[in-house]
Amino acid sequence: MAVTITPATGRARRVRDRHHRGAGRWVVLALVTVAALVMLVPFAFMLLNAFKSPGDYSTNGPLSWPSEFYTKGLRTYWEQVDFPVKLWNSILISGSVAVAGVLVSLLNAYALGIGRVRGRLWIIGLFLLANMLPQEALIYPLYHFAKEAGLYNTRLAVIIIFTVIQSAFGTYLLASVLSTFPRQLLEAAALDGAGKWRTLWRVVLPNLRPTLAVLLVFFFIWTWNEFLIPLVMLIDNQTQTVPVALASLQGDRLMDAPTTNAGSLLSLVPAILFFLIFQRTLARGITAGAEK
Amino acid sequence: MAVPDTVAAPERATTPPPPAVTARRGRPRPDRAYWLYLLPGAVLFLLVIGGPLVYTGYLSLTRWSGVGDPTWIGLENYRNLFHDDVFWTSFRNTLAMIVAMVVLPTLVGLVLAAVLFDAIGRRFRPRTAAALRAAFYLPQVLPVVVAGIVWGWILRPDGAFNGLLDAVGLGALRHDWLGDPDTALPVVMAVMIWVQIGYPVVVFMAALERVDPELYEAAELDGAGWFRRFRAITLPQIRPETFVVGLTCTIAAMKVFGPIYALTRGGPENATNVPSYFAYYTFFKKLHVGYGSAISMVLTLIIVVVSVLFIRAQNRAERRDGGL
Repeated sequence: MAVTITPATGRARRVRDRHHRGAGRWVVLALVTVAALVMLVPFAFMLLNAFKSPGDYSTNGPLSWPSEFYTKGLRTYWEQVDFPVKLWNSILISGSVAVAGVLVSLLNAYALGIGRVRGRLWIIGLFLLANMLPQEALIYPLYHFAKEAGLYNTRLAVIIIFTVIQSAFGTYLLASVLSTFPRQLLEAAALDGAGKWRTLWRVVLPNLRPTLAVLLVFFFIWTWNEFLIPLVMLIDNQTQTVPVALASLQGDRLMDAPTTNAGSLLSLVPAILFFLIFQRTLARGITAGAEK
Repeated sequence: MAVPDTVAAPERATTPPPPAVTARRGRPRPDRAYWLYLLPGAVLFLLVIGGPLVYTGYLSLTRWSGVGDPTWIGLENYRNLFHDDVFWTSFRNTLAMIVAMVVLPTLVGLVLAAVLFDAIGRRFRPRTAAALRAAFYLPQVLPVVVAGIVWGWILRPDGAFNGLLDAVGLGALRHDWLGDPDTALPVVMAVMIWVQIGYPVVVFMAALERVDPELYEAAELDGAGWFRRFRAITLPQIRPETFVVGLTCTIAAMKVFGPIYALTRGGPENATNVPSYFAYYTFFKKLHVGYGSAISMVLTLIIVVVSVLFIRAQNRAERRDGGL
């Protein structure tokens, strides 16, 4: 853009602009802050009522300050669903899926991105398609075959299913990353006498580490938040995950409002912790993804 | 085959870069040994995705309750779907979900991201913008079912929303928000906007970081106001991300299940039913496996067609830009 302007005019203009912004910028900040606070209101409601006794709730309503710091709701929910078991199930499933999913993605992508096997664009297209499928299109056969195979109501079934679903996305991502992998590095490894297997672990893997870390975190959180497949596949107290446990007690007569809120609070805490721990990784992943 | 360069899974915040075009020159001879590396992934894929999808397709042509052998009935399920009011309602509600999860979040997200990046990120400390962004993004990291359960309680007749109305003197408006067929859908849509808004905000803020600030400075010197800069610079510059957000959110909207399960179970009177809940209910509550499979296949087909159209539109837009 050809803008010719003398320095003096430019400066004068900028000064005026800044002055103009000075008043307005606080108004904008206030408006956006109010909007952000509105986003957080549901959490405030939940916290307020998670520490209230049922009697307090029914006399004083959902907006009152708790008349005592009541933790029995939390304890009731914790014991009723055996929360540590649910937590462990979620960690086990999400953790296994994250590791296995990254591994399968890496192997697939090595063949597609570096090996350039024939028909790779079709294969990548297939993985892409798998990403879009609604899980309803898979769920009944999965449910039926899992029953036949004796895997129904096991965490293993859910781990296998999500390993494949997540690695469909991971394969697509890593295959495109690896197709731009520097050839010199591969040739140097080949000259040193490294086979394909050694090249994968000694040359490709170290170079991909940051991308794999992002994938690992995403797979973990996505699997943690999954609902339909765990809901269908996991039906008892010993196998259910944190979100499924809460949902299956919804509407139960033991779940009065304070217990519902206490249970929701307990179920949200791990996700909020991951968010805080992985915030940087998530932001990096999003930024890396948006770059073209 | 042209692999579209921006495709993403629903609710997923990354967009893979496009697979690079192989340079003819340095192209190595394909090596068959690499197939071995594809073997575990291929077996798993056939077992968990390929096989079940084909089997669902087969089941959609049968009548089956899940026990015994399926009875072949040809296209009868599809014919019945065509005359099923619930089916049409559920797809009409999908349009509502697209408004709530794609159209409104993208529009509001564009403005919010521009304001956060431009008006707040640059004129206050960057941490201020980051903290505000986190508040918008928080619902995105939570298990959506849990969020749905909290909202379900808030909107109950004795829940916090009615309490709030009482407190501000609008007690006359107290209502069973999710229990009334007339209000249930708009209220569910509002919750979905809350769930979804953070995703476009975060993606668009990241996109704005790669826009050359000199463009804005030049426009500012030309006397362009904030809105003109937004329209003439911001929107065209971040169009690739807009496509990604549009596509991923549209797929997510067509597949939405968890929030409906937690908030209304499709009720009251199917007012909030959506195809994926309708399929789930038909499979596991009514045990009409063939019919549920037909619903799932129609949904799958629509998602694939919409995605292909989206990607084509994007490719066309990119070619047009390239020609300029």
